[in-house]
Amino acid sequence: MLNINIRKTLHGSQGKMYLDVKIDIKQGEFVVLMGESGSGKTTLLRILAGLEKTEGEVHVEGNSWKNVPTQQRGIGFVFQDYALFDNMTVEENLLFVNRDEKFARELLELTELTGLSNHNVKSLSGGQKQRVALCRAMMNRPKLLLMDEPLSALDRKMREILQREIMKLHKTFGTTTIMVSHDAEATYALADRVIVLEQGKIIKDGSKDSVLKKEQKMVYSL
Amino acid sequence: MIDFAPFLLSFKLAGLTTLILFMMALPFAWWLSQTDSKSKPILEAITALPIVLPPSVLGFYILVVLSPHSALGGFFEDTFGVKLVFSFTGLVVASCFYSLPFMVQPLQNGFESLNTHMLEASYLAGKSKLQTIWHVALPNMKPALITALIITFAHTVGEFGVVIMVGGSIPNETKVASVAIYEMVEVMEYGKAHIYSGLMVAMSFVVLLLVYIFNHKQKKIGIV
Repeated sequence: MLNINIRKTLHGSQGKMYLDVKIDIKQGEFVVLMGESGSGKTTLLRILAGLEKTEGEVHVEGNSWKNVPTQQRGIGFVFQDYALFDNMTVEENLLFVNRDEKFARELLELTELTGLSNHNVKSLSGGQKQRVALCRAMMNRPKLLLMDEPLSALDRKMREILQREIMKLHKTFGTTTIMVSHDAEATYALADRVIVLEQGKIIKDGSKDSVLKKEQKMVYSL
Repeated sequence: MIDFAPFLLSFKLAGLTTLILFMMALPFAWWLSQTDSKSKPILEAITALPIVLPPSVLGFYILVVLSPHSALGGFFEDTFGVKLVFSFTGLVVASCFYSLPFMVQPLQNGFESLNTHMLEASYLAGKSKLQTIWHVALPNMKPALITALIITFAHTVGEFGVVIMVGGSIPNETKVASVAIYEMVEVMEYGKAHIYSGLMVAMSFVVLLLVYIFNHKQKKIGIV
């Protein structure tokens, strides 16, 4: 469904590095991207969303996205800092993407936010904001959902709740998903496949069992 | 009997200048806030010039550029029959130059203060830059927007040096309140000058007070 073959020069904390990634992702797959800070995970998501330029190409269902602007990619994106529209209510945030009120109500119900639909987003807690961001990202029924550390700003309890909501939405809509995460627990609960990046290169790619067990062995052997 | 015509002319001039500058400065301020172009500091310096230049210098150059003997002034007079010096139209053009930084700088600061991810979220929602500016950027930078509009308006009302050089003092055409006060003092009509000046002080104070109250309220509810 998604063929990624990209190269980009990055200026990370350890100086200049080269992001060089080739990945094929199947329809409906839930991929978690792991790796140290500055390894190129967020840049990869931003390139897929068309928010950053790159050498190489991204193909979706056989079509190149080289000249397709962000607006026409039909991607859902969840930012780490929520990036909600502060001037709007919860419902307005969703309807700004797509005027489908029935679908907005369905999403709010799925994520147990119905009671907050008329609240201004500024009045919500971090966990509630991230659930709204998740619903908003789903409003255009995306082919591809990208999430940049959606759980990292939340406490343990909220992380578990949001983790459940993400799984519920993924099962309901079967959206191909790529999530950046440092959280092994969430990765184990959500991922079909785990890819580990280091200095812009893929160093591990496999099922969650194979990759996470290898990671654990490495930690124990230290 | 107090003649309020100069005040009305000042407000008409300030209203038109604010409207025209808002439409022209909005895309320019947006571009400045988003670009990494090497020309950005040059354009920012040119925009800020009216803040530091003596109004007489600015007025002199505007007079030269707008005069019927210049290319621009000649073009307007020959093509549209519009005189750009010693006319109300000329005053509007001159005011747009004079008040440019007071509109551009608050808007640019407002755009730069926005969360970049919020703007990107709008693009990801399929919205164009124009839709993003209108529905997302401007409503989330109301204090900067109000400051730009009010300060531009108030600054244009208080303009004197450029106005007298480009427009002179033609009653009901270019004789605005500040020019009227100057003339009253020249002929020692201090009583009338006091009334006009007092009105200007009171109005300016009320306008600024309203801006500060609005911005303070926005900070309290977390919009800034």
